[in-house]
Amino acid sequence: MTQRVKFYQTGTWTVGNRLLDAEKRTVQATTERRNALTSGHRACQGCGEALGARYAVDAALAAANGKVIAVNATGCLEVFSTPYPESSWQLPWLHSLFGNAPAVAAGVAAALKAKGRTGVRVIAQGGDGGTVDIGFGTLSGMFDRNDDVLYICYDNEAYMNTGVQRSSRTPAGARTATTPAVGPHPGNPPGQGKNPALIAVAHEIPYVATASVSDLHDLEDKVKKAMSISGARYIHIHVPCPLGWGARSCDTIKLARLAVQSGLFPLWEAQDGEITKVTPIRRPVPVSEYLKLQKRFRHVLKDEAMVAAIQDIAERNIRRFGLLGQGEE
Amino acid sequence: MLKQIEGSNAVAQAVALCRPEVISAYPITPQTHIVEDLSALVRQGKLGNCQFLNVESEFAAMSSVIGASAAGARAYTATASQGILFMAEAVYNAAGMNLPIVMTVGNRAIGAPINIWNDHSDSMAMANSGWLQLHAETNQEAVDLHIIAFKLAETISMPVMVCMDGFILTHAYERVDIPTQQQVDSFLPPFAPMQMLDPDDPVTMGAMVGPEAFMEVRYLMHQKHLQALDLLPRLVDEFETLFGRRSGEMVAPYRLEGAKTVVVAMGSVNGTIKDVVDDMRGEGAAIGAVKVGAFRPFPLSGLRYALSAAKRVVVIEKDLAPGLGGVFASNVRMALRGLPTPVYTVIAGLGGRTITKAALKETFARAMADEIEDPAFLGLKREIVEAELARMHEKPRSGPMAENILRQMGLVGYRL
Ligand SMILES: Cc1ncc(C[n+]2csc(CCOP(=O)(O)OP(=O)(O)O)c2C)c(N)n1
Ligand code: SF4
Ligand SMILES: [Mg+2]
Repeated sequence: MTQRVKFYQTGTWTVGNRLLDAEKRTVQATTERRNALTSGHRACQGCGEALGARYAVDAALAAANGKVIAVNATGCLEVFSTPYPESSWQLPWLHSLFGNAPAVAAGVAAALKAKGRTGVRVIAQGGDGGTVDIGFGTLSGMFDRNDDVLYICYDNEAYMNTGVQRSSRTPAGARTATTPAVGPHPGNPPGQGKNPALIAVAHEIPYVATASVSDLHDLEDKVKKAMSISGARYIHIHVPCPLGWGARSCDTIKLARLAVQSGLFPLWEAQDGEITKVTPIRRPVPVSEYLKLQKRFRHVLKDEAMVAAIQDIAERNIRRFGLLGQGEE
Repeated sequence: MLKQIEGSNAVAQAVALCRPEVISAYPITPQTHIVEDLSALVRQGKLGNCQFLNVESEFAAMSSVIGASAAGARAYTATASQGILFMAEAVYNAAGMNLPIVMTVGNRAIGAPINIWNDHSDSMAMANSGWLQLHAETNQEAVDLHIIAFKLAETISMPVMVCMDGFILTHAYERVDIPTQQQVDSFLPPFAPMQMLDPDDPVTMGAMVGPEAFMEVRYLMHQKHLQALDLLPRLVDEFETLFGRRSGEMVAPYRLEGAKTVVVAMGSVNGTIKDVVDDMRGEGAAIGAVKVGAFRPFPLSGLRYALSAAKRVVVIEKDLAPGLGGVFASNVRMALRGLPTPVYTVIAGLGGRTITKAALKETFARAMADEIEDPAFLGLKREIVEAELARMHEKPRSGPMAENILRQMGLVGYRL
């Protein structure tokens, strides 16, 4: 899919759009980008979720000629984008509740079908808590019925909007407000949590992908591909949260990339129940590189066994998804 | 056309005549027959392009009709009991967003103890959600109310619940006049939404509103109910002109001339009450009745007017607010505020307990002599209650109440 480019800038693998064929350039780099989530919203500086949402929704709009309706779960994205009487959204947007975005979107899609408004597409979006915990029943229902909705989860690995409490996406060892690192307790206990993207694959829906704000090309490609398919689709985007993770605002992209390169957040794609593509790790890094930039893991770094356990999780992902292999198409 | 059909079947046909565009539902007794019939009608292609969503919960049912309504479709769902509680968060949400959804509630008790039979606890639990609440006395009225409900909802852009007593109405076979499509079309125009998700004219719906404007948004919700107080009677008149019968009256008096004692109730029990009133009138008693057809908006002034000559009011209600008594009765009292008229609460029919003519007559007689406790519990088996109280007093670990009582009554044969 992505064009192979061997020109590396300053260790980031970003490449100037000038070097790409016009059709390979990102939506974000074009003058027609819609800025679906426009400036002036109240997200923290360096918010990965704000970035991820703009990337994803702009790409969806580009793929659907601007004819997109968005449904949003309660969470940071909803709160920071629509403080009454302002709204950052440049597309029709509806927020209903914390745990019902998939069902609301299914209703929107049904209405469009009933009304014969065939050109209009529906996306739904929410944080990890809204998607993977409280909204998981409605998400599974939407997958089950194969409703014509693209659901995008912005995973910042905790309930950020309510002050950084644990979610089922909070990684092993991470300190949150409800998994404090107190005495012998290691923050979030290892051996818990769930993988919604794999669960989505188990529903055998037409399209599932994971993506990262550190890889714009890949993220946009996946959104565009998802928009070219009908039925239930799911994209899970890793979005660092400087506030919740205790990281520097300027490290958002770096952290997202380290999560991918360490093997902690594998990038892959699946169609109709089969994993079809894996993005290989180009330059593997030990998990400690990722952990050490985040205060939520500060206590972990003092605990060799815990670091080793987290490294094991990364290694398992690398083995399981074949992240060191070729992986392309 | 006159048909001898089941209430649920009749309601499904009425809903179908209203040309819904999205129907979404989750099964729960006693609502099931309504949505089963509708799903068949959709599959038979009788509802055009209407979409029927088989959702995974009532929460999803209400959520999906929220989405459908916001996208400009006429949307319908139906539920009861545990289902309305399971969707509660979305019930409030639909009203808060002014979405004109119509929902049938096949009124049923709420557990524990789990019970599938009729009372009004379910719709009462949502009384202050912002939904308008209409109550049917008969299956004919249930049919007519659905047609009126869509027009009412869409005119003021608020959701409307049509409540019909579970089993007593939903499963009763009665003669019902099903209107023609032409009649319904002439009464109910296509849905023209006040707000809509449309890429050509993007709006933000469901924004966060803080203390600076929340009061106003809520006040406007109240305002819409006040608007409905004026609109509903006009729709009832309009309906009568086109369909030739009166349905949906918020306050319907019965034999009030000279009545010193007036019985007030909602729903199907009004039929029994009218029979008892007839009997007692025949014996010379100065008694009459008022049926309340809308619990929200509550017809405060209409009811006050109807009850202005009463010496005492007896409210029959199928609901209990533990620790208070009657909810409906409290609302009736509000209609009479400032007047000395005593309002007696009679809690009746909980969990499907039969309300007999004899029990009503006996209760009314005691009320007429002002010798009735408030609240009174119609047909309460005191000896069972006393025995259970004694048991609890005897040992701290007396066991689960419901099971104890059933065992005492010999209704279950288990041993501990
Ligand atoms: C039913 C319900 N329970 C709890 C909340 C409180 N709540 C609002 S947002 C939120 C956390 C959101 O977390 P997530 O979905 O991960 O989104 P994030 O803010 O992290 O982007 C919680 C717990 C709510 N609004 N509704
Ligand atoms: S708390 Fe995190 S997710 Fe929320 S706005 Fe701030 S950076 Fe973004
Ligand atoms: Mg989160």
